[in-house]
Amino acid sequence: MGAPRSQVTQSADEAADIDPDLQLPAQRQMPLRGQWSVVGVVALGGAIGASARYGVAQIWPTAAGGFPWATLWTNAMGCAVIGVFMVVITDVWAAHQLVRPFFGTGVLGGFTTFSTYAVDVEKLVDGRAAGRGLAYLGATLLAAMAAVWLAVWMTRRVLEWRAR
Amino acid sequence: MNWLLVILGGAIGAPLRYLTDRAVQQRHDTVFPWGTFTVNVVGCLVLGLVTGAAVAGAASSHLQLLLGTGLCGALTTYSTFSYETLRLTEDGAKFYAAVNVVASVVAGLGAVFVGIAVAEALWA
Repeated sequence: MGAPRSQVTQSADEAADIDPDLQLPAQRQMPLRGQWSVVGVVALGGAIGASARYGVAQIWPTAAGGFPWATLWTNAMGCAVIGVFMVVITDVWAAHQLVRPFFGTGVLGGFTTFSTYAVDVEKLVDGRAAGRGLAYLGATLLAAMAAVWLAVWMTRRVLEWRAR
Repeated sequence: MNWLLVILGGAIGAPLRYLTDRAVQQRHDTVFPWGTFTVNVVGCLVLGLVTGAAVAGAASSHLQLLLGTGLCGALTTYSTFSYETLRLTEDGAKFYAAVNVVASVVAGLGAVFVGIAVAEALWA
């Protein structure tokens, strides 16, 4: 955790952070002035993402003590989409500078949630369904990591195939 | 009304995450994603407080939608967490990737428990 960034080799195409102005130390030191359009599109995206998550939860309600499938799928889907999005926007699509904060930081960040995940685990454990709570804890982690890894891998394969 | 509360909460939570991430990353020149870690743990603490207050009858369903579903939901993120963890493994920092996963889950759950306990002490 104390390792400076320079110890980790980063090739140009891997240097993409989700927050667009944090890639390089010089950019990270930039003042906030002039960044309010970024804050604005992040807010707009966050409102859209949070509404979509609320909509999924309304359509697919979880009974008290039940397995929170809606939150699991919301998080897994968001992780898959960010995998595709980050490869596309890093490798092929020279998008407008507000596209990444709007969609990556705003929409997908607002759509997925870590706090509801943690509270759902606590509720299951507290409600004498500790086994289900631990299963949900592990299943979400596995689904999220598998989703982002598979999405990145498959998007890169498709782009390679198209480039031939 | 319910949708408006979620929209308002999301429109506050997401930029709060962006600004916190900026502020934290400006102070730490490390590969560890401290910014996302911070917002996720803080969001868990606040949602623990809201959940505990709701159980004690001190938080209305409207407040839960605004602060819980909207604000905390958008303040915290699983997509950035998983993508940054993947980036750490691809950059050869597998140890930091494992630490990020374990620390985020342990600290997030711990923050939820603390939030609920504090809310119960205050309002129950």
